[in-house]
Amino acid sequence: MSVLSKVTPVRGAPPGRSTTRQSRRPSRLNRRRDAVTGYLFVAPQVLGILTFVIVPLSLVFYYSFNEWNVLAGTFKFVGAANYRQLVSDPQFGEVILATVIFSVGLVAINIPLALLLAVMLNRQGRGIAVFRTLFFSPVVVSLVAWTLVWGFLLQDNGGINGILHAVGIQGPNWLQSGPTAMAAVIVVQIFKNVGLNMVLFLSALQGVPTELYEAARVDGATSRTVFRRITLPLISPTLLLTIIITIVGSLQVFAQIAVLTQGGPGLSTTVLVYYLFQQAFDFHHFGYGSTLAIVLFLVVLALTVLQWQMRKRWVFHEN
Amino acid sequence: MKPAKKLTGVALLAATALTLAGCGGATEASSTHTSAAPGSVTLRMTTWTSDATQLALFKSVADSYKKSHPEIKEITFDSLPVADYTSTLTTQIAGGNAPDMAWVLEKDAPDFVKSGALAPLTDTLKAAPDYNYADLNSETTKLWTQDNQLYAYPFSTSPLVMFANDSLLKQAGLPTSAELQSQGKWNWQDLAALGSMVKAKTDKDGIIIRDFNYSDWSNLASVWNAWGAAPWSSDGKSCTFNSPEMNTAFTYIHDGIFKQHAFPGPGTSPDFFAGDSAFTVTQISRASLLKDAKFGWNVLPLPTATKGSYSVVGQAGVGALAKGSHVQESEDFIAYLTNPSNAKQLAQFFPPPRTSLLTADTLAATNKLLSKEQIQNAVIKGIAEGQTKASHTNSAEISQKVKAALDPMWQPTADVSSVLNNVCSAIKPLLAG
Repeated sequence: MSVLSKVTPVRGAPPGRSTTRQSRRPSRLNRRRDAVTGYLFVAPQVLGILTFVIVPLSLVFYYSFNEWNVLAGTFKFVGAANYRQLVSDPQFGEVILATVIFSVGLVAINIPLALLLAVMLNRQGRGIAVFRTLFFSPVVVSLVAWTLVWGFLLQDNGGINGILHAVGIQGPNWLQSGPTAMAAVIVVQIFKNVGLNMVLFLSALQGVPTELYEAARVDGATSRTVFRRITLPLISPTLLLTIIITIVGSLQVFAQIAVLTQGGPGLSTTVLVYYLFQQAFDFHHFGYGSTLAIVLFLVVLALTVLQWQMRKRWVFHEN
Repeated sequence: MKPAKKLTGVALLAATALTLAGCGGATEASSTHTSAAPGSVTLRMTTWTSDATQLALFKSVADSYKKSHPEIKEITFDSLPVADYTSTLTTQIAGGNAPDMAWVLEKDAPDFVKSGALAPLTDTLKAAPDYNYADLNSETTKLWTQDNQLYAYPFSTSPLVMFANDSLLKQAGLPTSAELQSQGKWNWQDLAALGSMVKAKTDKDGIIIRDFNYSDWSNLASVWNAWGAAPWSSDGKSCTFNSPEMNTAFTYIHDGIFKQHAFPGPGTSPDFFAGDSAFTVTQISRASLLKDAKFGWNVLPLPTATKGSYSVVGQAGVGALAKGSHVQESEDFIAYLTNPSNAKQLAQFFPPPRTSLLTADTLAATNKLLSKEQIQNAVIKGIAEGQTKASHTNSAEISQKVKAALDPMWQPTADVSSVLNNVCSAIKPLLAG
C-alpha cells in the first residue's frame, strides 16, 4: 500500500499545506477531556430530570403496587390490587368521560379560536398591538386569581347573569348543573390560555414568505384557497405543537376545577387529575392515587406519540 | 423513621411539587420527664387559625413555658389554610416532615385516633401538676378517646347557635329574635316563614347555614338534628340518610330554598356578618366577627322542630403526633397549654371542655361581646346538651361521596326521597367497610 493511499486531503485546506486526518485526530487525553466537559455541561439537566422526573416517576410506579396508609404509617405490597380496583371503580368511568369532554371541548375551541385571532391580528394598523396585548394578558395573570374572579362572575347573581338580565335573558346557575359547569370550566380555561396559542400562530403566520401569497394572487387564488393551500401547510408545524401542548395541558387541568366546582355537581367536572388528587391527598389512598397517575402518564404519552407519528401525514416539511 | 420511608416521602413531595423540607428524627422513649439537653428541642404545632390575636396568645403561653423548660429552644405555630388543612398535614407526615403537635378537625378525629397517628395523652395529663384531669367533661372527650386513652384534647367545644340581625327584622316590620322566642315562635317552621318575608320586603336573605355553601353538608346537622335525624346509625354501620326524619328535614330545607326563598339559593354567597341576612347558624366563636357590627344583633340557641330542645357542638382537638421528633416534650407542652390556668385564657376564643370553666361568670369575663344571659342560654346550655357532629373513619371519602350524591338535591325539581336513597347507595360500601 502506497503512502499516498493513506493521505486524504482535508476539505477546505489551503493548497500546498499537507495535512492528514491522522494528524488532526485528538489524542486520547484530549478526547477524555472533551468527554468530561460534555458530561459537565449536560450534568445539571440530567440531574434535574433524574431527581424531578425519573426517580419520582419510578417511585409512583412502585407505589402503584402498594397500599400506603400515611396516618397509620403502614406500607404494604398489594400486587396488582390497585389496578384491579381501577377496573371495578364505579366512579372511574364517569371521571374518564368528564376528562374526555373537557379535553375535546378545550382543544376543539381553543385551537380554531387562537388561529382566528392570530389571522385577524396578523396585520399592521392602529390599535393592533393593543388587541394583541389584550388577548395575551390573561396568560400572565395568576391562574388562581383568574379563576377566583371567574367564580364570582359565574355565580347565580354574578356579573355574567347580571349582563344577561340587562338584555332580558334569564341566565342559568352556571356552576350548579353538570353541562353548564363543564362549559364554564372549559371557557375559563380557553380565555386563560388562548393568547399563548395565538402568539405562537402569529409568529408562524409572520414566517410565511409574502411572495407565495403574491404568486397565488397573481394566479387568481381566492382568500380561502390561499389560506388552505399556503397558510395552513406552512404553519402546520406550529399547529402540531399547539395541539400537543393544548391536549397535554387539558389533561393536567386542576386549579380551575378545585376553585370553581370541586369536581361537581356530582362527578360532572371531576377530571382525572382532580380525582387522582382526591384519592391520594384527601382520602389518603396513595397507592391507588399512584395507579391513577400511571394511567394519566400512559394516556399523555400515547396521545403525544400518536400525534408525533401522524405528523408525517399532514405537517409540512415532515413528509 | 426508616431511611427508605424518608426517601419515598421526599420523592412524593418532589413529584407533587410541594417544597417541604426536613425530616423527623427518632421517636424518644416515653417518659414523664424529658432527658433532652438544654436548648435542644424545637417544637412545631400546625393550626388552621391565622388570627393574629389567637396566635399571639399561643405564643405568649409558649414563651412562658420556655422559661421553666430549658430544653425548649423554640415553639412555633404553623398556620395552614383550613380548606386543605388535613391534606397538607398528611402530606407533611408522608414527606417525613410531621409536626410535633397538630390541631385536628372533628370530622377527622376517628381517622387520627384509630390509626395511631396521635400519641396517647392521658398519662402525661394526669401526671401534670395541678392539671385536674377529672375536670374534663367526659362527653366532650368521647370522640377523642379510645381504650380509655385520650389522644387529643378538645380545646374547642363550640356549640352551633343562631345569630339574629334584629335591625333587619325591624326593618322588615317583624318581631325581634327575643320577641320571637318569648312568643314561642323560635322554631324552624316559623323562622322559614320569617326568612321568606325578609326576602320579600328587604331583598336581603333569610337564614344562612354558614359554611354549608351547598358543599359541606355536615353543617346541615344543625337543621336535621331538630327532627332527630342522623346520617348513619350510632355504630356507624348503616346509612340513615333515607330515614323518615331525614326526609322531613331535607323536604323542609328544599322547600325553604326553592319555594319559600327563606334560605339563599345555590351559587350565591351572602354574609350575615356583613348584614346580608336576618339569621345565621354558626359556631359561637364567630361572635368575634360582630365586634364592629353596624346592626343590632342577638344570639340564641338553635330553633326547634319535632325533637324539642337540642344542640350541636363542633369540636377541634390538639394532639401530639406519634411520628413527631419530640413526642414526650410535645405531650408535656400540651399538658401546660391546656392546664386550668391556660385553658381559661384560651376560653376567650374557644369554649373549653373543662367543667369548672363552663360558668357564665368565667366565660363572660373573657367574652366581652356576649352577655351573661346569652352565654348561659346559648353556650353553656349548648355544650351541656350538645351532640357532636357525625363523624366516621374514612370521613373525607364519605364526605365526597355524600356531596356528589346530594348535588341533585339543589335543583328546584329534585325528588328529595330519591336523592336521599341515592346518598345511601353511594356510602353503604364505605360504612360497611
